[in-house]
Amino acid sequence: MSPRRQEILRIAMPWLAMALFLVVWELACVVFQIEEIILPRPTKVFVVFVQRIDILLAFCWDTLWTTVLGFLMAIAGGMLLGVLIGASPLIYSGLYPLLIAFNAVPKVAIVPILMIWVGVGALPAVITAFVISFFPIVVNVATGLATIEPEMIDVLNSLGASRLEILRKVGIPRAMPYLFASLKVAITLAFIGSVISETVGGNRGIGFLMLSAGARNDAPTTFAGLFAIAIMGVAMYAVCALVETRMTRWAFRGQLVS
Amino acid sequence: MTFVELRSVSLTYRLGKETTLALADGTMAIGKGEFVAVVGPSGCGKSTIMKLVTGLLPATTGEVVVAGRKVTRPIKGVGMAFQNPTLMPWRRTIDNVLLPMEIVEPHKRRFRRHRAEYVAKAMALLETVGLADFADKYPWQLSGGMQQRSNLCRALIHEPELLMLDEPFGALDAFTREELWGVMQALWIEKRFTGVLVTHDLREAVYLADTVYVMSRRPGRIVMAKAIDLPRPRTLASTFEPAFVDIVHELRDRIHQEHAI
Repeated sequence: MSPRRQEILRIAMPWLAMALFLVVWELACVVFQIEEIILPRPTKVFVVFVQRIDILLAFCWDTLWTTVLGFLMAIAGGMLLGVLIGASPLIYSGLYPLLIAFNAVPKVAIVPILMIWVGVGALPAVITAFVISFFPIVVNVATGLATIEPEMIDVLNSLGASRLEILRKVGIPRAMPYLFASLKVAITLAFIGSVISETVGGNRGIGFLMLSAGARNDAPTTFAGLFAIAIMGVAMYAVCALVETRMTRWAFRGQLVS
Repeated sequence: MTFVELRSVSLTYRLGKETTLALADGTMAIGKGEFVAVVGPSGCGKSTIMKLVTGLLPATTGEVVVAGRKVTRPIKGVGMAFQNPTLMPWRRTIDNVLLPMEIVEPHKRRFRRHRAEYVAKAMALLETVGLADFADKYPWQLSGGMQQRSNLCRALIHEPELLMLDEPFGALDAFTREELWGVMQALWIEKRFTGVLVTHDLREAVYLADTVYVMSRRPGRIVMAKAIDLPRPRTLASTFEPAFVDIVHELRDRIHQEHAI
């Protein structure tokens, strides 16, 4: 195979795999005569998707902005806390166990509490997205800072650099690849957070749409919602991956991976 | 004139309840502009001496005096180079070399406004080590030898009075290493800083140093100080002359005695 054809095939592979998956699904539904209420055929889901595109788009938008807002808050808060934890062993020993305990709490359990505090709607979704995507960012940034080579610190110390200078010249740039790697994980978690919140106590968003469609035994609409979330998740992941390769080219040693 | 003085310095590492005496008795006097080498069996506390002189570690007993002042904290503006080049992969070579200028006064204050002047200075230094064409490359685009040259440039750009070298050529292949001895010697002859080189390569020590200190096994103490009175500049050819070879043998015998105990 020529390198050019190989390259085309490489790009086409994910689409082929997805197409194969949908074809198998469609055939299985037809062959085993699965009822639509259990598992609708992909073509049926697609038809519903097109028919109800207006409401899907509107609810997608609700889910998207709450997710992204929570995610951005998680980036800001996670970087701040990550830098503090990574730069100071004292803060590390004080806060790390607390963070782990906090992360161990199932986030679905905090949604009812949030609803008591701030009511239903967009706000609990934003907060849940923030809370769930916060942890990997903190851990990664802290790891990046904590693993600076001791020799590098010796060099800077012997030049007379202050702790703040060491943080600015070495710590922060070195933590960047760790930060951007964590964003890919965090954005998908943020989607989980906002959709959980919409499902447990929302009146808008894709999570709410799926729940209410499910209650009406409208399986095709539920699945259309599922697809919508997947599409948004992949798109946001791609954005994060793109930002990562742009911002930390040096960490990939110039070999741009797409 | 003595620039660096160690007066019966010892250092004990403490790790939990365990204590290790790394350096038992270090006494040496290094003149201003002198280049000394410290050699010894591995694990004898050679690198400990580096950390003591620069104040990165406080001495357990005894005292370290640099430029007439007792060292109690990391002294500022020292040039350092390790076996690991520790270049920053997110900076181009030129920006790596310029790093000390962003930290050491008075350059730090002037750096932003006089950037062009500093870049020219860094370029001149890169030129002397043969890296002028690689200034815009990132460290990971350079070979190991080139990285170590940039590392030396970074250690010297701010014209430190004291340069500390901890096996800087240890990870390089033999050809590159010997080539860099020449580069190092040329830089020293030009700038006449005070240099302390820690190494386990005896030929390297004799090639570069005015005085070679031999250390005993751990806990390290200085068992021999050998003045090297060979003419400069020394060349690779001179490393094969009898006078040079004799000194290397003498040092080697002394270190073997340490192993024999």
